Amino acid sequence: MELTPLNGIEKLASSRQLHIALATAAFLIYPFLVSDYFIDIAFYFGIYTLLGLSLNIVLGEVGLFDLGHAGFYAIGAYTTAILNTKFGIPILVLLPLSALAAAFFAYVVCSPVIHLQGDYLLIVTLGMGEIVRLALINNPFDLTGGPNGVFGIDFPSLGPWLVIDSSLEYYFLIWIIVGLTILGLTRLQDSRIGRAWNYIREDETAANANGIDSRSYKLLAFVLGAALAGVAGNVYASKLMCVSPESFTFWESCLMFCIVLIGGMGSIPGVILGAAFISLFPEIFRPFAMYRMLVFGSAMILMMMFRPGGVWPRKRGAVKYESLLEGTGRTDA
Amino acid sequence: MLEGRTHAAGDIVLETVGLTKIFGGLTAVNSIDLKVHKGEILSLIGPNGAGKTTVFNVVTGIYRPEFGQVFFRGERITGKKPHQIVSYGIARTFQNIRLFPDMTCRENVMAGRHCRSTSGLLSSIFRTPRQRAEEDMIRETTEKRLRQVKLWKSRDELAKNIPYGSQRMLEIARALASDPKLLVLDEPSSGLNPRETQDLMAFLRGIIHEEDLTILLIEHDMNMVMGISDWVVVMDGGRKIAEGIPEDIYADQRVIEAYLGKEDEDSTEYDIPAEH
Repeated sequence: MELTPLNGIEKLASSRQLHIALATAAFLIYPFLVSDYFIDIAFYFGIYTLLGLSLNIVLGEVGLFDLGHAGFYAIGAYTTAILNTKFGIPILVLLPLSALAAAFFAYVVCSPVIHLQGDYLLIVTLGMGEIVRLALINNPFDLTGGPNGVFGIDFPSLGPWLVIDSSLEYYFLIWIIVGLTILGLTRLQDSRIGRAWNYIREDETAANANGIDSRSYKLLAFVLGAALAGVAGNVYASKLMCVSPESFTFWESCLMFCIVLIGGMGSIPGVILGAAFISLFPEIFRPFAMYRMLVFGSAMILMMMFRPGGVWPRKRGAVKYESLLEGTGRTDA
Repeated sequence: MLEGRTHAAGDIVLETVGLTKIFGGLTAVNSIDLKVHKGEILSLIGPNGAGKTTVFNVVTGIYRPEFGQVFFRGERITGKKPHQIVSYGIARTFQNIRLFPDMTCRENVMAGRHCRSTSGLLSSIFRTPRQRAEEDMIRETTEKRLRQVKLWKSRDELAKNIPYGSQRMLEIARALASDPKLLVLDEPSSGLNPRETQDLMAFLRGIIHEEDLTILLIEHDMNMVMGISDWVVVMDGGRKIAEGIPEDIYADQRVIEAYLGKEDEDSTEYDIPAEH
């Protein structure tokens, strides 16, 4: 039995591991081959990947329409900006705090509306995102600096030894976070929690009838998605050194929505691809910048018509599971 | 009428007392008393609109009754949420099959294990030994149930891609995966051909022998009702109009009237045209 050839899982895993190793190597080498400008582009690619992954939990895994995700992103960024500039709390300490703040906000705001279905939830979340942005402009308690925003945000640092202040270091910071997020989310996808999210997306009544408390799982998705958007906000705020309401407009929520829809709902590689499209495309085709909306719009329409599952949809049943009962004498069929 | 119930001595698994469900001005279920004994197959029959599915939906927590109580193995479960009711041990299927269409058969059956497992967010992310052991348990039960309904070969196929009859069996496997004490089937034979219905009956008879299970079903196919039920309850217009062993129900005047309409005494005058 020791000498059995590779079974399905191992074969697939080994080819997957190869792909992951290649991708990691490319990411490690890339910044040393290009100028700072292209490293920055890759940094924003990372930010959008993180944002896409965070929305993917809500939109892709559970199928809840959330067009106010920029609100959570803003909460994370402003938590970092305000606590850092007012109280001098280090950015890296604020990383989990921003996540918690956005998660808490999502919990409070989404609890009363989580039972809404489809487009009703879409309208509510859209409103929520706009309320966050308008509140920031109105400068409540003199905290957010109104339309000017907050500036003078520190670099992330671990004491004086490691200060993240160059494009290269930011590149690694964001992609390490993205890498860890991908690892965590991949594991979640293959757990009872990830499956529960998918059951709700597929048929909520049937999910309930199978013991899934759809309300808590939907809330969990929102809270986790908001936490990741909060993390993205933290990194973004320290990279730009300033935050202002115009970075968190409805357009940002739309971009995140596009990332998930173009890439493939519930598909992690799809989201990376979608984020690449959204963040790299405008850079590559800068001369045609004025047609950006036109291209995004047509891309969305074409996608919906010809490939509604996204460019890289999640493939179900790709991992072939072998029997656990064969050979144990318990297989009666 | 109440004689001949083979499982009358067994414990009562499910009991409804004066169960009433009102939609606006319509009393869909009117003071229904139901007793399901351990180990029996009880069929709920009646013409369309009699309120059978509503009874099911109240029992499984989809609707909250206006009046009356539901007891499951002695515990009051009235008004509990559907997901709580499953963990008590009542699993159901739907009249129009409700699978998770874009997920594999395996994943569909795994859904049934959800209420019997506990791993949370962090243990799933960090893959703790407990979580992995639990996943193995889920996979094992899933395999057992898939083999039971002879769908192990289709385990990696999407649920929407397997034949209709298989989808029915898959839904039953999913319900069974939660190791229920009471299986509630809403018209399990609808859409099945006679042969598949025969197989289904044999299957249900088989599991009720092998496992500690009780079955409550709604059924329209009279062959199936007569062939499989230990006890039949007839509903019409939201009320229980008769109950008994299948043979008695088959001959019961009230049941025949409920299905075919009442025979009017002077109707013959209109039915037979005048001979001229």
